[in-house]
Amino acid sequence: MIEFRMPSLGADMDAGTLLQWQVAPGDAVHRGQVVAVVDTAKAAVEIECWQEGRVFELLIQPGDKVPVGTPIATLLEAGGSAETAPRRPAPVAARKAAQPQTPNPPPAATPGAAPATRTRITPVARQRAAELGIDAATLTGTGPQGAVTLADVEAVATQKPAVQPATAQDRHAAMRQAIAAAMSRSKREIPHYYLSETVPMAVALAWLAAYNAELPPERRLLPGVLVLKAVALALGDYPQLNGYWIDGAFRPGPGIHLGVAVALRQGGLIAPALHDVASKPLPQLMEELGDLVQRARSYSLRSSELSEATLTVTQLGDQGVDGVFGVIYPPQVALVGVGRIAERPWVEDGRVCALACAQFSLAADHRASDGHYGASFLAEVRRRLQQPDSL
Amino acid sequence: MSRTSYREALREAMREALARDPRVFLMGEDVGRYGGTFAVSKGLVDEFGEQRVRDTPLSELAFVGAGIGAALGGMRPIVEVMTVNFCLLALDQLMNTAATLRHMSGGQFSVPLVVRMTTGAGRQLAAQHSHSLEGWLAHIPGLKILAPATLEDARGMLWPALEDPDPVLLFEQGALYNVEGELDETEVVGIRSARVRRAGSDLTLIAYGGTLAKALEAAEQLAGEGISAEVIDLRVLRPLDDATIMESVRRTRRALVVDEGWRSGSLAAEIIARIVEQAFFDLDAPPARVCSAEVPTPYAKHLEDAALPQVPAIVAAARGLLGR
Repeated sequence: MIEFRMPSLGADMDAGTLLQWQVAPGDAVHRGQVVAVVDTAKAAVEIECWQEGRVFELLIQPGDKVPVGTPIATLLEAGGSAETAPRRPAPVAARKAAQPQTPNPPPAATPGAAPATRTRITPVARQRAAELGIDAATLTGTGPQGAVTLADVEAVATQKPAVQPATAQDRHAAMRQAIAAAMSRSKREIPHYYLSETVPMAVALAWLAAYNAELPPERRLLPGVLVLKAVALALGDYPQLNGYWIDGAFRPGPGIHLGVAVALRQGGLIAPALHDVASKPLPQLMEELGDLVQRARSYSLRSSELSEATLTVTQLGDQGVDGVFGVIYPPQVALVGVGRIAERPWVEDGRVCALACAQFSLAADHRASDGHYGASFLAEVRRRLQQPDSL
Repeated sequence: MSRTSYREALREAMREALARDPRVFLMGEDVGRYGGTFAVSKGLVDEFGEQRVRDTPLSELAFVGAGIGAALGGMRPIVEVMTVNFCLLALDQLMNTAATLRHMSGGQFSVPLVVRMTTGAGRQLAAQHSHSLEGWLAHIPGLKILAPATLEDARGMLWPALEDPDPVLLFEQGALYNVEGELDETEVVGIRSARVRRAGSDLTLIAYGGTLAKALEAAEQLAGEGISAEVIDLRVLRPLDDATIMESVRRTRRALVVDEGWRSGSLAAEIIARIVEQAFFDLDAPPARVCSAEVPTPYAKHLEDAALPQVPAIVAAARGLLGR
């Protein structure tokens, strides 16, 4: 028997609200399958399951808010049987009480009193609620015998969603709180050190211009993708910057998954992970990055994207700043900041010339690495960007 | 359009059939000289003579059997059974002979018989003459059961029933005979399907025969409360027109059957079973029914009224389906 728990989708998450199950008891589940949608302070996130098995029991219902780590479902391992599986009580969740109303029986019908614990839901209401991802059992029924009817479900769906992602305003406030908590923790716990390096970008830009020249706009690469790839490849040589500081020790990341800081239009930011950046070709990275940014802005990320970044990259060049010295996103141990790419005076061979450059910075956790190591890493990033062909 | 009554519409249908087809004849108790216990055949004997409008001895077993024999012999008999309770005396003929001969003869014989009966309560005829047994007879394969509830059906169902090669039972709710109204002579009457008599969207009232008018009146009252009730007139009790019922119930999501039969094992029970079988996932309320109280029909007026489906009970049950 496997317990499937409310995952932590980032250091700033302490509880999640189940929006929707995408599996039912008896369904087979596979590694990487999306099994539920959970609302965190930041987004409605598709939760993936990382075990192979079969769903035995769903322990919480849509609308329930439970702390991270709470078992939310039980899975039978492949070959396991339900007979040997002990049932467990559902966790105490902040579920709305759903007492059936006093029955209002039709004059001629006198069915035996049903158990009072089960909310009456009409078949069509049950069906519609499932379509809408609403837990009909949490609704107050207005139908015959206090049953939840189609109208009850649709009223909730259209007016005041009980089990819907929070409103933009709520979410914005919650996100502010979450960012505040994570950043305070970072500055409280992480001894940051900062390095910066001006990286010539002329070669990379020239290569990009040549590469893009033949391509339609939708397939063109942006400089940001080159930067991500260069950082990822450099991290392969500097693994102490790629991972987490947990319980007083460094734990290397399971891969090179770069958190990409995405500013949201409504304010706030989110840094979902782009997976295995080092091993993916540039066109694929470009496509995945576009998709990731779009989904981040529409609040529809997957759990692995929210929790698995091993180092975050923030590129604020679009805003015109020369450089950015970021705050590490715990429990990660480093953050790379990139400023605006612009032509600046540059001295080469004793002469001043104009050269496209960008200021790269590293904010790193001194518990996990030292300045010398970080400096070598930044130099490696710089070196990689001078050889765009090999990216 | 012409002003007429349910009784006159039935008589006109018989007159037309007698005039149209020499094989058609009417027989039953007091249908000739007396003009029929409910005066439906009044005057027909003078018009068509005693050969074609025949008074019979007081034996349902004998004259229903004779009707079957005549039908086998190539005639198109209309047999009147005074009230439905008397058909019990002829049940063996109806169930064991008329309904089975096509099957028993391997298709060699058919029984093109029409039996007319008065059914239902509401006229203080007490426990022995007030039954609604059409649901019972609708249990029997081999019979077709019709329940005309409107002037048009009273006028129009007889001829297609006579044209049917198999036995057809036509149930006339006794309280309808005096109902008068405008007969729409342009309406084409078939004997295959149910009809939506009033369109609505919140629930479906399913009625037939004597309960149709009550269902329509209930629908009118409900409309005043903002509840839009659709009313289906079953018309054909066997075979039931599932398609019309389900189309409506899937749309309104609520069903209320109004049936003058006793509740247990009733036609209403069969209809609800079919709704649950075929439209369960579309339902927004448990199907409900308003039937007669399970007592021998009382003689006293107030008790008889209380025992039968009435408009207030239909309205209340409809409200219940909407949680009001």
